[in-house]
Amino acid sequence: MKSFSEYKGVYVFVQQVDGVIAPVSFELIGKGRELAKQLNTSICAVLCGHNVAGLADELGEYGADTVVLIDDPALETYMTEPYTHAMHSAIEFFKPEIVLYGATTIGRDLAPRVSARVHTGLTADCTKLEIEQETGRLLMTRPAFGGNLMATIVCPEFRPQMATVRPGVMQKAEREEGRRARVVPFGVKFERNDRYIEVLDVIKKFNESEDISEADILVAGGRGMGSKENFDMLRELADALGGRVAASRAAVDAGWADKEIQVGQTGKTVRPKLYIAVGISGAIQHIAGMEESDIIVAVNRDETAPIFNVADYGVVGDLNKVIPMLTKKIIAMKESK
Amino acid sequence: MLNIVVCIKQVPDTNEVRLDPKTGTLIREGVPSIMNPDDKAGLEAALRIKDEFGATVRAVSMGPAQADAVLREALAMGADEAYLVSDRAFGGADTWATSSTIAAAVSKLPYDIVFTGRQAIDGDTAQVGPQMAEHLGIPNVSYAEEIRVVGDSLIVKRQFENSYQVVRVKMPCLVTALTELNRPRYMTPGGIFSAYREKQVTVWTRPDVPVDDSNIGLKGSPTRVKESFPKAVKGKGEVVTLDAEAEADYIAEKLRERFVI
Repeated sequence: MKSFSEYKGVYVFVQQVDGVIAPVSFELIGKGRELAKQLNTSICAVLCGHNVAGLADELGEYGADTVVLIDDPALETYMTEPYTHAMHSAIEFFKPEIVLYGATTIGRDLAPRVSARVHTGLTADCTKLEIEQETGRLLMTRPAFGGNLMATIVCPEFRPQMATVRPGVMQKAEREEGRRARVVPFGVKFERNDRYIEVLDVIKKFNESEDISEADILVAGGRGMGSKENFDMLRELADALGGRVAASRAAVDAGWADKEIQVGQTGKTVRPKLYIAVGISGAIQHIAGMEESDIIVAVNRDETAPIFNVADYGVVGDLNKVIPMLTKKIIAMKESK
Repeated sequence: MLNIVVCIKQVPDTNEVRLDPKTGTLIREGVPSIMNPDDKAGLEAALRIKDEFGATVRAVSMGPAQADAVLREALAMGADEAYLVSDRAFGGADTWATSSTIAAAVSKLPYDIVFTGRQAIDGDTAQVGPQMAEHLGIPNVSYAEEIRVVGDSLIVKRQFENSYQVVRVKMPCLVTALTELNRPRYMTPGGIFSAYREKQVTVWTRPDVPVDDSNIGLKGSPTRVKESFPKAVKGKGEVVTLDAEAEADYIAEKLRERFVI
C-alpha cells in the first residue's frame, strides 16, 4: 500500500456567492472538525472569491482552524475553470488528506472537474462521513438507485479523498463569537485559456430567505393536493405555524409548485424540526429528502401510503377537511397562550 | 456543418425499482431499462440544433451489449451514427475511469459540442460530464436549461439553486443537460425501421479505445465500493383513522406535546 504520510488536514471548499457563504459550507466545517479531531489534524477552509477576506472571521467562528484565502478578480463570479484551477493549485500545494464540497449546483460542477485534474476519486452526495478506526481511511456513504440502496465508498490508493455532501445533512457547529482562524493568503496565477467561459448575465430567480432547506417547519403538498389552488390551504397552515410550504416532485411536475421548493432526490434535502406531508404518498425518492426531519406528520387518504412508514404521527383522512381545521386550531392555541 | 456527440446511458427505471420487504434487497427482475432522462434531453437538444443548422449527431454509450437498445432508440429519434463502447475490461469502473474511457472514445470522433446528461438516475453522481470535459481539455457548462448556437459559441442558460447564469462558451465544449431543457421527440416508424434495418451500431472494444490500462475498469478506479446495504427504515410511528375534526385535534395535540406550538 502506498504511503500518504505527506497528505495532512481536512479541507473544505467554502462556497460563497456575492459575499454570502452557503450554509452547507458551515455544515462541512462542523463535520470536518470532527473528522480532523479523529485524525489528529486540523480543519482548513478554502475561501475563493474576490474581496472576500472579510468572510474569514465567520469561518473561524464556525470552527475553521485555518482559512486559505484565494482572492482574485478571476474568482468574482463562479465559473468552472478558474475555480478548478484555484482548488487544484491549493491541493497540489497543501496536499490535504480529505477535501469536502457541498453537493450544490456549484460543488457538483467543480468537484468532478477538480478530481479529474488532480487524478483522485470523488464520492457524490454523501449523507454520512466517518473515519475507519484501523486504517484512518474516510468512509463515504451515499444513496444509490434513487435512494433504494446505500453504498459505502473508499478511496484507498489516491489522495486527497474527496466527497460532496448534500446540504442539510450535516450539522453545523455552534458559533463561537471571537474565535479566529489563521488566515493564509495563497496567490494563484490565472491565465485565460480555451476552457474559460464568459458570464453574460446573472438572473436571480428566487428569494433566498424563502429557501426551504433553512426552514424549521415545512408543510409539503403532493399529488393528493389535486390543484394549484389547494396549495393556498398549505400556505395558511404554514403561516399559522411560522413555517414554509414545500412540495413533492409530483406536485412540481403537475405545475402546482415551483421547482425551488421541491423536496427529494432530485430536489432539496431538508431536515426541519417539523415536516407535515400532505397528500404525499412517499415515493422513496421523496423520503430520501426529508426522513431526517425531527418530527414527521403525514395526512393521506390512502392508509397503505408508504409515507406512513416514516411518519411519527399519521392520519388517514381527507386533507381538504383536516388541514383547514388544523390551521384554525393552531391559530386558536397560539392566541390562547 | 457542426459535429455533435451525445453520450447516453442505459439505466434501470429506478421509479420501478422496489425493495423486497422481507430481505430488504433490490428487486431488479422485470425492471425496464430506459434511456437516462437527462441524456435524452441532451440528445433532443442535439437533434434540434441539427434541425435548425444541420449537424451530424453521433450517439455514444458505454455498457454491456444490451445497451444497443438505447443507441437504436437514439438512431430512431434521428441520430446519424451510434457507437457502443463495450468490453469486460471497462467493467467495474467508477466515474473517474468511466469518464476517461468515454472521453478517449469520443476523442476519436469529430466534435464541436459534446452533450451528456447532468446525471444518471441509477447513480445520481453528476460527475461523468465535467470529468470528461477535463479529460478532453474543453470547457463544460453544467445544468443547461436553454441553449442556442451563436457563431462559434453556445449561449447557455445555466441553472443554480437560486439564480441562472447566461454564459457564452466557445466550441468545442461539453454541456450537461437537464430534463427541463426540452421535451424529447418520439421515435418515428420510419426512424425505427431505419435504426434497425439501415443504420448500424459500431461496437468499440478495448483495442479500439485509446486509453491507458491504468485508467479503465475497476483497476483504474480511484474509488471502491466497500459495502452496500439497504437503507435502514425508520421505526413506524402511530397512524390513526378518526373523523376529520378529531384528526385535526390529534395532530394539534401532538404538536403541543412536542413543543412545536
